[in-house]
Amino acid sequence: MQTLINYTLYLADNALILAQRNAEWCGHGPILEQDIALTNISLDLLGQSRSFYQYAAQLINAEHPSAMPATEDSLAYLRDVFAFRNILMNELPNGDWGQTVLRQFFFSAYQFPLFERMKHSSDATLAAIAEKSLKEVTYHLRWSSEWVIRLGDGTEESHSRMEKALDELWTYTGEIFEPAPYEKAAVEAGFGVDATSLKDAWMERVSNILQEATLTVPAPRWMQTGGKEGKHSEHLGFVLAEMQFLQRAYPNATW
Amino acid sequence: MNINITKYYYGDIPEEKGGGNTAKTESTANWPLWEVFIRSKQGLDHKHVGSLHATDAAMAIENARDVYTRRMEGISIWVVESKYIHASSPDDAAAFYEPANDKVYRHPTFYDLPDELKHM
Repeated sequence: MQTLINYTLYLADNALILAQRNAEWCGHGPILEQDIALTNISLDLLGQSRSFYQYAAQLINAEHPSAMPATEDSLAYLRDVFAFRNILMNELPNGDWGQTVLRQFFFSAYQFPLFERMKHSSDATLAAIAEKSLKEVTYHLRWSSEWVIRLGDGTEESHSRMEKALDELWTYTGEIFEPAPYEKAAVEAGFGVDATSLKDAWMERVSNILQEATLTVPAPRWMQTGGKEGKHSEHLGFVLAEMQFLQRAYPNATW
Repeated sequence: MNINITKYYYGDIPEEKGGGNTAKTESTANWPLWEVFIRSKQGLDHKHVGSLHATDAAMAIENARDVYTRRMEGISIWVVESKYIHASSPDDAAAFYEPANDKVYRHPTFYDLPDELKHM
């Protein structure tokens, strides 16, 4: 049961933190239409995280009955940095528009095969969330791929910015396919997706898009890890400070 | 001081002002404008819903998806660059439409229909 809880929280945290980062663009997008496009993606990810948190809360309450039961809100707003399991890439500052869309592309290219497999998970709830989310992710992947191509194969400046973004983010892509202990346990238990098995599909898609964007796939290098097990960069604290401030200053505040 | 205001109608926007292929600056203001038409249901017509900026048709369709179909408004999207839409001028309204006002005989209401016809 604890494995299922951890695994579900990992999926939820990934989506929530990227949703929060993307939401920072709200009102600041390069053009109104793209501001809305990225905000839509942010809201899709927030919706995915809610589904996972609701499920995790239900599992936690069944496992550890408490006078203060866990809720989707308590999981999002009242856990501290070390309890979050999101990959490091998702908590990085947005950088410029190019870096933001490249990260979205890397993440969507991971979520797509992940949910395709998870659709067939032995856990019915995970399977259902995956099936619903897959439609959203299909669009995220299409949207972000096109932006990567557009900017990579665009002007001299957009190309050099994408090269810089690629160099900045590449170090964080390895973590995606380094399974944490709870991921391995989830695979053994039959409901999880083996992260290492997604790497080839991810790499193939990323190579194709980067090639079309006239960008070069970086050479293998040392990869950052730790986020999946709660060892985060200094950035996550700032993300949480902004996201959690209201609930911590005014507990149980609602709209 | 005389201020000259030039009024443009759709389709009459000069190339250099209308953007499109002539846009060379980095400013997003030069992304061409597109008109968006959405079909809300199978069997209905596409209806004009508004306009947006995009660099090409594919992006215009995706922008329309993001801007105009967020609340399940549609199942099909058409876009057309605004500069290709030619519109009648409001100044012509009197000459164009008013003459039809007193020509009731153009309505098919002057026929005696047999009672057996139910659905006319």
